[in-house]
Amino acid sequence: MAEPTVAAAYRQIVRSRVAAQASYRTSFAVEVVSQVFIVLVEFVEVYAVFHQVDDLGGFDFAEVSLIYGLSVLSFGIADLVVGHLDQLPFYVRTGTFDALLLRPLSPLGQLVTSDFSLRRLGRVGTGIAVLAVALVAVDVDWTPARVLLAVVTPLAGAVIFSAIFVATSTIGFWVVEGMEFTNAFTYGGNYLSSFPFTVFGTAIRRFFTFVLPIGFVAYLPTLALLGRPEPFGWPDWLSWSSLPVAAVAGWLSLLIWRTGLRRYVGTGS
Amino acid sequence: MPSAPAAALSPAVALATAGFRRWSTYRLAALAGVFTNTVFGVIKLSILLAVAESAGGTVAGYDAASLSTYTWVSQGLIAVVMIFSWTELADRVRTGDIAVDLARPIDLQLAWLAADLGRAAWSLLSRALVPLVFGAVVYGLYVPSDPTALALLPVSLLLAVVVSFGCRFVVNLTAFWLVEVRGVVLLYVLVSGVLGGHLVPVHFFPDWLQAVAYATPFPAMVQTPVDLVTGQAEGTEAAGLVAAQAAWAVGVLLLGRVVLGRATRKLVLQGG
Repeated sequence: MAEPTVAAAYRQIVRSRVAAQASYRTSFAVEVVSQVFIVLVEFVEVYAVFHQVDDLGGFDFAEVSLIYGLSVLSFGIADLVVGHLDQLPFYVRTGTFDALLLRPLSPLGQLVTSDFSLRRLGRVGTGIAVLAVALVAVDVDWTPARVLLAVVTPLAGAVIFSAIFVATSTIGFWVVEGMEFTNAFTYGGNYLSSFPFTVFGTAIRRFFTFVLPIGFVAYLPTLALLGRPEPFGWPDWLSWSSLPVAAVAGWLSLLIWRTGLRRYVGTGS
Repeated sequence: MPSAPAAALSPAVALATAGFRRWSTYRLAALAGVFTNTVFGVIKLSILLAVAESAGGTVAGYDAASLSTYTWVSQGLIAVVMIFSWTELADRVRTGDIAVDLARPIDLQLAWLAADLGRAAWSLLSRALVPLVFGAVVYGLYVPSDPTALALLPVSLLLAVVVSFGCRFVVNLTAFWLVEVRGVVLLYVLVSGVLGGHLVPVHFFPDWLQAVAYATPFPAMVQTPVDLVTGQAEGTEAAGLVAAQAAWAVGVLLLGRVVLGRATRKLVLQGG
């Protein structure tokens, strides 16, 4: 009877968070709308670039929009679910985290369910819209495998970004200050993932594909959708590998988190 | 006995010094910030260089060297003009601590401006130099030579901080009317960053969007000082841009005073 009880506890927590965030209707609506606006404002960068040129690293406006859409949606989902984990030092400093340790639920599970921001649904919704428009605009030779890939890719991307959030937030167990360091990998990864990797140097491309699997979020699956070989000679199956890569990344991040948790001794205050 | 203006200014100097010292205690945070700004700079410059290459070497008046200078100066200025969210004043409004600030024998706007200039001075030392040196070593920089532009640079940097402060002051004061300012601040950070020329130079925009940008004070926070060091504006053109910056600085500070006046009247009406 242990399993249903845990699930029921999480359901209760999630329900209370939803109710709390939706209770100030006007404020909530404004926040959701501003999230939509934010995605559009960020898109100005891509728009301005393609006002100057027709081609960026071998990709046209529609193709870069597809990469951008996949990236926005993946990051939007991850940010909705685990984006607040970079607040861990705050929980540690105030002792709130220690309270989570006393409860019979996983601390990570409690952190994730305790503070997720529903307003980010605005971002997710806009991501879906951008992606849908881009998918219509680009020239894809649709096969069942590519349809499946288009559906699975944002979810795999969300798992990859979540893994990076979880793994980097682990350093919050040790340092209370300097968490901005992790932004280079989370938000920096998001920035990097929304452009074709052909614009980056070899070292950057390799690091953000094989060490931090950011290339699997949007760039490589886009190649597979367009039926294009990787311009630098990486094998084609790599472009189809986002899902298994996401699974490994997710597992590794949980491993890192558990290691951090085991060593956690509190602030002594 | 000090003259009246000097007497009014000395607390401001003390507040600026305090601002500098307060921020200088967060050394690890500064280091983390420098690292992040540099990583973003590498990504930003990679994209811009690909654009220049696709355009045949020069894009909107920028070549590879001036794009590098654009990138590393604009990344270095992030913390100096504080493009990212600042809600300290709004927090004091929300908690009611603002009443204490208003009771102090120094002008509220001047006091916060002084502290902010101190913060900016610390950020210039701790946050702006490293990305610039990194850019110079790894990518090489366009080195500006126009004497007018170079002479105006310190003034332009100071005005950029003042304009940024003036805008943030007004945005924070919305806390008098709104329960939750987070959404407004987030929107401000984004719009000011994009229209200010932080992601791509304003010169990349189509004409209509450039017109929109220059109708706001945001280019005066990033694009103008960057124009002086990338050779985009020289001689009288540079002087004109800095004059426009000064006009925006005066404008946003005055707007702040008007909004503050309304806000405090409201505060009194509510009985505290």
